[in-house]
Amino acid sequence: MSNGNLGLYVHVPFCDGKCPYCDFYSLRGTDELMDAYTEAVISCLRHWAGVLGGRGADTMYFGGGTPNLIGAGRLIKILSAARELFGLENAEITAEVNPGGDLYPFFREIKAAGVNRLSVGLQSANDGELLLLGRRHTAEQAFKAFADAKRAGFDNISADLMLAVQGQTEESLCRSAAACGRLGVRHVSAYLLQVEPHTVYGKNRAGLRLPDEDTAAALYICACVELEKLGFGQYEISNFAQKGFKSRHNLKYWHCEEYLGVGPSAHSFINGRRFHYPRGLRLFIEKGTAQDDGGGGGFDEFAMLALRLTEGLSDGGCLARFGRKIPSHVADAAKAYEKAGLTSCSAGGFRFTRKGFLVSNILTPAVLF
Amino acid sequence: MLSGRERIRNFCIIAHIDHGKSTLADRMLELTKSVPIREMENQILDDMDLERERGITIKAHAVTLVYSAKDGCDYIFNLIDTPGHVDFNYEVSRSLAACEGAVLVVDASQGIEAQTLANTYLASDAGLEIIPVINKIDLPGAQPEKVRGEIEDVIGIPADEAPCISAKLGTNVGKVMEQIVKHVPPPGGDEAAPFKALIFDSYYDDYKGVVIHVRVMDGRVKTGDVIRMMATGGEFTVTECGYMRATHFEPSGELSAGEVGVIAASIKAVRQARVGDTVTLSSNPAKEPLPGYRPAQPMVFCGIYPADGAKYPDLRDALDKLQLNDASLTFEPETSAALGFGFRCGFLGLLHMEIVQERLEREYLLDIITTAPSVIYKITLTDGTTVSIDNPTNYPDPSKIARAEEPITDAHIFTPKDYVGNIMELCQERRGTFIDMNYIDADRVDVHYELPLNEIIYDFFDALKSRTRGYASLDYELKGYRESRLVKLDILINGETVDALSFILHEDRAYAKARKMAQNLKENIPRQLFEVPIQACVGGRIIARETVKAMRKDVLAKCYGGDISRKKKLLEKQKEGKKRMRKLGSVDIPQEAFMSVLKLDE
Repeated sequence: MSNGNLGLYVHVPFCDGKCPYCDFYSLRGTDELMDAYTEAVISCLRHWAGVLGGRGADTMYFGGGTPNLIGAGRLIKILSAARELFGLENAEITAEVNPGGDLYPFFREIKAAGVNRLSVGLQSANDGELLLLGRRHTAEQAFKAFADAKRAGFDNISADLMLAVQGQTEESLCRSAAACGRLGVRHVSAYLLQVEPHTVYGKNRAGLRLPDEDTAAALYICACVELEKLGFGQYEISNFAQKGFKSRHNLKYWHCEEYLGVGPSAHSFINGRRFHYPRGLRLFIEKGTAQDDGGGGGFDEFAMLALRLTEGLSDGGCLARFGRKIPSHVADAAKAYEKAGLTSCSAGGFRFTRKGFLVSNILTPAVLF
Repeated sequence: MLSGRERIRNFCIIAHIDHGKSTLADRMLELTKSVPIREMENQILDDMDLERERGITIKAHAVTLVYSAKDGCDYIFNLIDTPGHVDFNYEVSRSLAACEGAVLVVDASQGIEAQTLANTYLASDAGLEIIPVINKIDLPGAQPEKVRGEIEDVIGIPADEAPCISAKLGTNVGKVMEQIVKHVPPPGGDEAAPFKALIFDSYYDDYKGVVIHVRVMDGRVKTGDVIRMMATGGEFTVTECGYMRATHFEPSGELSAGEVGVIAASIKAVRQARVGDTVTLSSNPAKEPLPGYRPAQPMVFCGIYPADGAKYPDLRDALDKLQLNDASLTFEPETSAALGFGFRCGFLGLLHMEIVQERLEREYLLDIITTAPSVIYKITLTDGTTVSIDNPTNYPDPSKIARAEEPITDAHIFTPKDYVGNIMELCQERRGTFIDMNYIDADRVDVHYELPLNEIIYDFFDALKSRTRGYASLDYELKGYRESRLVKLDILINGETVDALSFILHEDRAYAKARKMAQNLKENIPRQLFEVPIQACVGGRIIARETVKAMRKDVLAKCYGGDISRKKKLLEKQKEGKKRMRKLGSVDIPQEAFMSVLKLDE
C-alpha cells in the first residue's frame, strides 16, 4: 500500500464570495496573495517529493474554494511542478470550477496543460433554489459553463447537486437531475445539505425553511433513483457515475489509500500518518508546517470508509489489508440490520443500502462496535 | 451572682425555610462576639454547601455563646439549631428535647407556614417556653401587626411582647436576647444522680471519630470515663469533652447536668451513637433511658446506580462514607437487568433522598441514575403471610395477593386562599381525602387532607409549587396503613421489560401514569435505527403505547477533500457515547430517559 501511487490534492482557498452554507476554507484573493500562494504550494510539493524520495502520483485534484479564480497560468504552474516531481503518468487530473463569467479560455488552457476532468458546481437547475442557496450564478450560466467545457474538449465532467435545500421538491430535484443528463455529464455528486455551525446558515438556523428529516430522506432516495434512471450508478453515499467514470481520486479516500494534500486546510494520509495544514492562508505561505492528526489506516477507519461505498466491506478487502476476514461480531451486527433494510449481506461481505447510507452516522458505529 | 446552672439558657430557633433562622443565629454570634468580624461568613451555622444553597438546615448543630445581659450577668446561651424539614421531624424532636425554650421566627410578610406550625406544636408538646419573634420588618411588604395576630390566633400563644426585628440589619436582636434571659427557664437536673445525657446530634470527624452533641440531664461525665449508649449498648472511653464554640472546640474536661456540649470517644460510625439515644456511665448507669428514642426508620426507597457501571465500587465507597455521618441512610446491593449493579437505598423522606443524591454527585463526583422512589407496602399473601415491599421488582404475583396496604399521611397545606382550588384539585388527583379547612387569617388557609405517602413522594412538591407559585407549604406525618387497590406497572421497551422503570401505584392512577411515562420515554429515547415500541403494562395487559420512530437521516454527506477527521471524530465519540447508554436488547437508552420518568406532573 505505501508504495502505491499517491493522490495529490491542492486546496485553492479563493472565492469571490462566501456561500452561506459552506464551511470550507476560502477568502477573497489578490494577485499578490495568489502568487505567494502558488509559490508556497510548489515549494510544499517540492518538500514532500524530497521526503518521499521518488514516489509517484496518479491522480491530482484542484479543489476549493474556486480553483478557476487563480487563473490558468498559476494552476498550470502548480500542475507542471507536480508533474515534474510526481510523474502523474496516466493521471486523472481534476479541477473544480464554479459557473459565472466566461470560462472557455480557462478551460482551453488547462485542457492543453493536461487537466482531463472537471467538477462543476451546478448545485441546482432551479434559479429560485440557487438564490436561496446564496449562489452567485443562474442555472443558465451554469449550463453555459458545461457547454464551454465540452467545447474546450472536456468529456469527463462532473456536476455537483445539493439535496434538501430550501424550496426543493421532488419535482424540482428531478428537473435538476434531468439537467445533468441533458448536459452530458459523466458523474454527479449529490450532497444532502448540512448546516454547519460556523456558517451563515448555522447562525440563522431558525430562519431557514429546510425540509424536515423525513422529507430530506425522501429527497435523497428520490435523487438516487432518478440519477440511476439517467444512467448514473451510485458508488458512494453522495456519488454517482456512468460506467468507467468514477472519480479515481476520491476513491483513494474511500479505499483508505494514501494522498498528499497541500494548501491551507488540506489533509494528507502518508506512511500511516494523518496530518493537515491548518486553515489560514498567511500561515501556510509563511510557515507551511503541517499538524499531526495521529495514525491512520486501522480497521475502524478502513471499514468506516469502505461502508460509504456501494461495494461495502468485503472479506477479500480485509484479508488483503489486514490478513483476516471481517470480524465475526461486525458481520453478525450487519446481519442484524438486514431485516430493517439497512444492510445487504452476501457470502463475502456486506454493504449499506440507501436507507442505511441515510443513517450511516449511527449505523456505522452500531455495526463496528 | 447566679450559680452556674441558673445562668444557662438552652434554646433553639424554629422557622420556616427562608424566614431568617440562620441570619438571626448569625446576629446572635456577632452580638456575643463569638466570631471575630473578619471571620464572619454569612450563615456560619449552615456549613454544608447544600444547606447554604437551599437556605435550609439539613442537620442540627449546636453552639455555645456567652451573652452579657442588661442585668450585668454573663449567661451561657446554648443555641441548638434544628433541621427545618419534615423529613427530619424525629431529629427536630430530639433537638427540642435538649432545650427549655424555643425562639419562633415568623416572616413579617409571609406569616405562619405549615412547617412552622408543626415544629411549634412539637416544641410546646415538649414543654418548651416559646418566644415569638417577628422578622424581616425591613421589607416593604411587612405586616408585623397582622402576623402578631396570626401567632396569637393560630398558634395560641401571647405575642404582645414579640419583638419586631430585622435579623438582616440587626435591628432589635438585643431584645430577643433579653427575652431569652427573661423567659427561658434555666435547666433542671440532678448533679448527684447517675450520668444521663441525650444525644441530639453527631458528626464524624476524621481525627476524633464520631463527636456527639449531648444535653446532660443528670450527673456529670469526665474525660477518661467509660460511657455506655443505652439503646445500642456500645461502650466507649471519653477522650475529650467540652463546649462547641462558634469557631472552635473548647475543652472543659467535664460536662454536668444542664449543660450542652460535645463528647468524643473514638466512636467509629454515627450509627453507634444514634440521635435520641441516652448516654450513661458504664460504672454507674442510669436505671432508665430518657424517653423518646426511636431508631431511624427509612420511609422512601429508590435504586441508585452508577451511570458508568465501572464506577460501582466508587459508589459503594461514597455511600459508606455518607453513612458514617448519616445514621438514617440505609443501602444494600441490588442488581437490575437494565442498569446493572447498584444499591437499594432507604431515606427518611424525599428531601433526604435528594440530598443524598446531590451529595453523591457533587461531593463524590459520581454520575448516578436513580429509579422511581417507592414507599413500603404491606402485602398479605393468600397463604396468610405478610410481606413488606419497597422494591417493585419484589412485588408478588397478583394472583397470590390477598390484601395490599399502603402508608397514609396526615397532611396540612398552608396556602394563600386564592390557591385553595388548585390545591384541592391537586389533592383529589393524588387520591387525597379531604378532612377540613381552617382560616389562619383573612387571606390564608390550612387545607387538611389525608394523602397516600406514595403520592407525596412522587413530585408532589414540584406540583404544589407550580400550582401555588411557591406560596404554599406542606407538612405531613405518617398516620398508618390502609388497604388499597395497588397494581404494578411495568414498562416494556422493544418488547422487553425494563425492571428499573417498574413501579407500584394505585389502580386508578395507572392509566394516566402509564400514558405519561410512555410519552416521556418517547421524548427521551433518541430515534434508533429501527422503530421501537414502548408499552406500559399492568398484569400483562397493555394500557399505553408509544412508538419511537426509526431515524431517517443522520449522515455526513461530504467526506471529501481527504478530510476524514470529522467522520473519524464522530466515530470515536460514538464509541465513547455507547458506554454511557444502557443497552437493552438492541435499544440504546440514555440516562435522561430513566430520569425523565421521575418528572411526571401533568
